Amino acid sequence: MAQPTVVLSDLSRRFRDVEAVDRLTFSVGRGELFGIVGPDGAGKTTTLRMLAGVLRPTGGDARVGGVSVTRDPEGVKRHIAYMSQRFGLYTDLTVRENIDFYADLFRVPADQRARRLERLYQFSGLGPFERRLAGQLSGGMKQKLGLCCALVHEPEIMLLDEPTFGVDPISRRDLWLIVHEMVAAGITVLVATAYLDEAERCDRVAMLHAGQLLALDTPEGFRRRLTGRIQTVRTSAPRQTRDLVAAHPAVQHAVLFGDMLHAILDDPARDWPDVKSRIASAGITILEEAAGEPSLEDVFIHLVTSAPAHA
Amino acid sequence: MTLPSPMRIREMVRKEFRQLFRDPRTRAVIFVAPVIQLLMFGYAVNTDIRETATFLIDHDRTLESRKLVDAFRATGYFEVVGRSERPLDLVRALDHGDALVGIEIPKGFARDLAAGGTSIQLILDGAESNSATVAQGYAQRIVQRFALERARQRGALPSGGIELRTRAWYNPNLESRVYNVPAVVGVIIMLMCLLLTSLAVVREREFGTLDQLVVSPLTHQELMLSKTLPVAVVGVIDLTAIALIAVFWFDIPIRGFPPTLFLAALLYILSGLAVGLLISTISRTQQEAFMSMFLFLQPAIILSGFFYPIESMPSVFRWVTLLNPVRHFLEIIRAVFLKGEGLATLWPQYVALAIIAVAVLRLAVARFPKSIAA
Repeated sequence: MAQPTVVLSDLSRRFRDVEAVDRLTFSVGRGELFGIVGPDGAGKTTTLRMLAGVLRPTGGDARVGGVSVTRDPEGVKRHIAYMSQRFGLYTDLTVRENIDFYADLFRVPADQRARRLERLYQFSGLGPFERRLAGQLSGGMKQKLGLCCALVHEPEIMLLDEPTFGVDPISRRDLWLIVHEMVAAGITVLVATAYLDEAERCDRVAMLHAGQLLALDTPEGFRRRLTGRIQTVRTSAPRQTRDLVAAHPAVQHAVLFGDMLHAILDDPARDWPDVKSRIASAGITILEEAAGEPSLEDVFIHLVTSAPAHA
Repeated sequence: MTLPSPMRIREMVRKEFRQLFRDPRTRAVIFVAPVIQLLMFGYAVNTDIRETATFLIDHDRTLESRKLVDAFRATGYFEVVGRSERPLDLVRALDHGDALVGIEIPKGFARDLAAGGTSIQLILDGAESNSATVAQGYAQRIVQRFALERARQRGALPSGGIELRTRAWYNPNLESRVYNVPAVVGVIIMLMCLLLTSLAVVREREFGTLDQLVVSPLTHQELMLSKTLPVAVVGVIDLTAIALIAVFWFDIPIRGFPPTLFLAALLYILSGLAVGLLISTISRTQQEAFMSMFLFLQPAIILSGFFYPIESMPSVFRWVTLLNPVRHFLEIIRAVFLKGEGLATLWPQYVALAIIAVAVLRLAVARFPKSIAA
């Protein structure tokens, strides 16, 4: 890992009697694309808000760009850009006015404005909508404009909180292209997301659950953690199938994703036929089946369900 | 603590103005609503009574009784809308609201008057207590004058008799408009300050832009300054505009030195901004801000002496009014407009306004950062 630029040490935040973030410790290297994943309520937003210097930790500390968030929260702001889940845009100002306002606020030198604006328009595609009111943009374009506003002062570190939340698939892809551009330009990116397919795009991923760090690894490393292989199957009775499959001694785990059952087996080639015959003998029709690579989602569910119960 | 950066404040203020003037509805609220309200109050809030519906029962039907009735009608305050011989008709007229005042002249009125003394009966609709009180006052004066006139004609001015000659200074015709319009100016300015300041902050919170401002280099002081400065400017413009309308359209005399008023307005606007800022710290949404605003404004107007004199309030409330910036400003604006007073006599009100403004501002400034860091 490159030189660490974001370092969390026992970072904690308690809301009344709920430990929203519980002793998080990890480091993010310079220029890294770092994912923070976990379900809603895992503590992703709370963590990012503390790193942005907006929310005071109730325990531990974090250094962002070398600045402590507990001792100098204002100093942190020079190094970062933070894009909250619902990036606040002035809906009654135009696209250009929004970008200009943030450029003004961060005192972007006049001679650099034109160049930056051009670049932002280039990878956001917002140029043609320059004079449109932000309130009249589509959801995806609003998020892009949010990114542009956050990027206009060329931060070292970018904190993104679920940037693709509620965005259509095309815009989602565009947003990720922008994120990769940012990383290519040397910006360290911390992105929180509930979508595990997005986490696959990251260099490294921290999995959060109930405020605690469940695991931290590269997507590849996570997949290797699963000793078994994935077998997916869709049947006429998904729930009944899950109970049947889960009870089979050769199956480590069986989890439903919608009506698709993901089963983890040590050796599908050897054991799957037997599992299948049990499904068939229960009078359930198999509609579709495949052997697959484990996704981060499989790993995550596996980790959550096999983790010791939290105190 | 770092000093506020004038550059960042300038950028914020520029953005605030851009937003204020972009929305036609906001523009209307800022510049049209105050004028309309002033015109409305100037014309509609009128406690003078003219041509009060009067029902007459004249049992005497003599020259004297007609002269008395003419005296009533000549003033323009009373208009006879019905007459009858039967007292029951008078009761019905009052019951139905056809008349507000009933006058009953007894049989033998002229004879008794010549013989030395008599009385007539005045019946008032007490449900309309304001108008009734005013009508009663007029009626008393009319009857008094009538009696004096009669005595003088007979050359028999009662020895030792005292005639009460009333002069209303500062507002000789006791026109309620002269009294009300300056007060309306004060209330409108307070409304603007509360509304614009609290909404300017709460809207950022609702839009989610406040989060972005918090992670920007903008400090809390800069944020507060840039939220209040534009409103102060709008407040001064509005005040000037509606004061000019009051003077030139409604002919409200301005007898004092206008800069005196201006100084008071600055203190008053400052206190309005402070209350607005305080409201923004306790409101998460624009609706909440509206609610809080009216919770403040309603009592502030009632306890200001606008409609109801402070002297007739129970002592507890008289004390409470001392905390009310509207009260002090109304006293100043009325005194400067109508009596031509200045700082020499009005300094206690100025001091009170200044204390209120500073105290509320300090409270708002103390609460502001906490309300921002959610």
